[in-house]
Amino acid sequence: MNFHAVWAIYRMEMARAFRTMLQSIVSPVISTSLYFVVFGSAIGSRITEIDGISYGAFIVPGLIMLTLLTQSISNASFAIYFPKFVGSIYELLSAPVSYLEIVLAYVGAAATKSIVLGLIILATAALFVPLRIEHPVWMLAFLVLTAVTFSLFGFIIGIWAKSFEQLQLVPLLIVTPLTFLGGSFYSINMLPDIWRTVTLFNPVVYLVSGFRWSFYGTSDVPVAISLGMTVVFLLICIAIVAWIFRTGYRLRN
Amino acid sequence: MQPIISISGVTKTYATGFTALKEINLDIRRGEIFALLGPNGAGKTTLISIVCGIVNRSSGTVTVDGHDINRDYRAARSLIGLVPQELTIDAFESVWATVNYSRGLFGKPADKAFVEKVLRDLSLWDKKDAKAITLSGGMKRRLMIAKALSHEPRILFLDEPTAGVDVELRQDMWAMVRRLREDGVTIILTTHYIEEAEAMADRVGVINRGEIVLVEDKAELMRKLGRKRLILELRSPLDAIPDAFSHYALELSPDGGQLTYTYDNQSERPGVASLIRELEAAGIHFRDMDTENSSLEEIFVNLVRKQA
Ligand SMILES: Nc1ncnc2c1ncn2[C@@H]1O[C@H](COP(=O)(O)OP(=O)(O)OP(=O)(O)O)[C@@H](O)[C@H]1O
Ligand SMILES: [Mg+2]
Repeated sequence: MNFHAVWAIYRMEMARAFRTMLQSIVSPVISTSLYFVVFGSAIGSRITEIDGISYGAFIVPGLIMLTLLTQSISNASFAIYFPKFVGSIYELLSAPVSYLEIVLAYVGAAATKSIVLGLIILATAALFVPLRIEHPVWMLAFLVLTAVTFSLFGFIIGIWAKSFEQLQLVPLLIVTPLTFLGGSFYSINMLPDIWRTVTLFNPVVYLVSGFRWSFYGTSDVPVAISLGMTVVFLLICIAIVAWIFRTGYRLRN
Repeated sequence: MQPIISISGVTKTYATGFTALKEINLDIRRGEIFALLGPNGAGKTTLISIVCGIVNRSSGTVTVDGHDINRDYRAARSLIGLVPQELTIDAFESVWATVNYSRGLFGKPADKAFVEKVLRDLSLWDKKDAKAITLSGGMKRRLMIAKALSHEPRILFLDEPTAGVDVELRQDMWAMVRRLREDGVTIILTTHYIEEAEAMADRVGVINRGEIVLVEDKAELMRKLGRKRLILELRSPLDAIPDAFSHYALELSPDGGQLTYTYDNQSERPGVASLIRELEAAGIHFRDMDTENSSLEEIFVNLVRKQA
């Protein structure tokens, strides 16, 4: 194991985050606060409670998930796309590092950033609404698992993308809609039957539901299924990354 | 002695279907300076990229100090430093961070004193806190070299290191290359300035259209393929070359005051001695004479032209 390399990459990536602190931390915090104002106050005045939880508190886990997903994907995809774009990736490819080490460092850094961000948003939310966390360990587990899974997913997009447009495409066209339709702002039990069935094909539903369960003990789908789906998605991402590296796909050609 | 790099049967066909390398066989000797020459698009960068692990080859094997570059990629790659042809640096990092990062990436523990020495040797020390984007082209080139040297490689690839570099930096660079060689580092360089290869290299390889056309000791190459030129300053100018000398490849300067005779080193065609004797006999006297060896550049151009 080339620990020096893993550490060098990880540290470089974290240093980048510090340099772009404003962009990487302040802006998600501001947009989350805006969600609170818009959704919490506007809709919250009509829907007072869901499953016995005040609407403002109900949307917190979904909001954190939203940020976690989008930030993990954009952090990781950009981190690997950028050196590919400017050409400095040559150094990574010529270095005595294994694929596992590369993934560990890049995905580790991207996940760290989004976890920190998730916790900051949690703290921000606590200023607006009274929060309670019934299963803090599970809460952290979901946080970490989701951050890692979607950082891997972002890493894949970053390697696949041949242009900045493609880099934005997947998050914009797939991830954002899925997140908004994933029950962040409502309980899927509030939907008509047919839409509820359709929604069950949306993986984000399981993430949000499981995460919300760790806060309030209530969920749209059983928590074991949530956990199972997240792990399945993680394994799919790992398999794709393994394939990318075995074939040198879009890296060594 | 076992070659430090051994390339055998390496081919590369790009995804576009273009075959950039055809059956390359090449051994690099331990501790030598090897110059790889070839016109644009010959496959120099492709070959270097394959040895360094940046591009997958289509077939063939490569070993570095006995380590297969795939099976034993860690051992192979940690020996190699690469200065690529293109200036590709993360523009927003400082010089200091970038070079230390490279060292870590190659598995070496942090060593501030060593990195400082590398930066000082390349006159980059006073720029250590500058972001790469604020450096001039020549400084960026030096930064690329510093990154390659940061992990104390035993083999250094320099892919056109002097493109766009001023005379002073070029001289510094060659001085550095000589120092590295004294420390036992093997150096493989590509360049379009053939005088450089001529001045620096121990051996020269010529690649053209994906094939190695020739590999030779530089001195041997110059002796074998070089031409000589005999230049005679005539005492009194001639109007034309007398017919009696038409079997010699003679050229008369426009003012008629200088005769030039070009001949191969090897061929025993009409010799210099007999030419001089015959000239004297014909009453053509000269006051001075000079001989010139052809440069590597001429050899190179001839080789590539012959192939085309
Ligand atoms: N990624 C690629 N896809 C397709 N063809 C490529 C690729 N990279 C290089 N080539 C082609 O392979 C050939 C060899 O390119 P290479 O860069 O190795 O040449 P070179 O000898 O380094 O040339 P130069 O002196 O201009 O640097 C060229 O014809 C080039 O167009
Ligand atoms: Mg080249």
